[in-house]
Amino acid sequence: MIIKYFSWIKEHVGKSEEQIELPDHINNVNELINYLNEIDKKYTLIFEKKELIKIAVNKTYSSFDTNISNNDEIAFFPPVTGG
Amino acid sequence: MRKNIPFIKIKIQNEDFDVSDEIKILHQNNTGAIVNFIGVVRGYDEKNNQIINSMTLEHYPGMTEAEIEKIVFESSQRWELTGVIVIHRVGNLKPSDQIVFVGVSSKHRQNAFDGCNFIMDWLKTKAPFWKVEENNNKKNWVSFNENDNQALKKWQK
Repeated sequence: MIIKYFSWIKEHVGKSEEQIELPDHINNVNELINYLNEIDKKYTLIFEKKELIKIAVNKTYSSFDTNISNNDEIAFFPPVTGG
Repeated sequence: MRKNIPFIKIKIQNEDFDVSDEIKILHQNNTGAIVNFIGVVRGYDEKNNQIINSMTLEHYPGMTEAEIEKIVFESSQRWELTGVIVIHRVGNLKPSDQIVFVGVSSKHRQNAFDGCNFIMDWLKTKAPFWKVEENNNKKNWVSFNENDNQALKKWQK
């Protein structure tokens, strides 16, 4: 699975994307976040205010309970500020 | 059923754009009215009371284009439009640089005004772009403006 990060989230993680092997027991975005929080404290800081985070699965806006699999591309980013 | 817009152009680019070139393109398509919006980099951050030396825009390639296409498609369901051009710049920009162009043509002016306004309001809230302002060595990621969500209310059916 590819995970992408944008804006200040990218800076907190220290990279714009990473590839992980998704464990079998992880089925949705919420479970992925819990898994990342277990791996490294830097993620805890990002996800502590989940209402500030937007999610895309395969480049489409999604939610915390969206189902995911190892072939998906997940992105975490703050609310957008273009225009 | 889908109403087709005869001409659609969506571009994400580093380079500047020439407004008169884009207007000429919109002019070619059997039109009666052309409305356009141009977003420009402000040199001052009113919220934080700070001068802005420059600004860098990043985006999510692939998703950005897809989101803008969805917005343009929705506009075509609501109004009869003859052409839509959306150009959004990314990379490093300076105060007074152009950031975004939305141009909409239609046979009649109200559709063009509404279509342009609609596309811009939705672009502000959905298209995955992020701005970081730079002032000397300080970086400030611009935070989402709640007024942009309020602006969407006028489009509720």
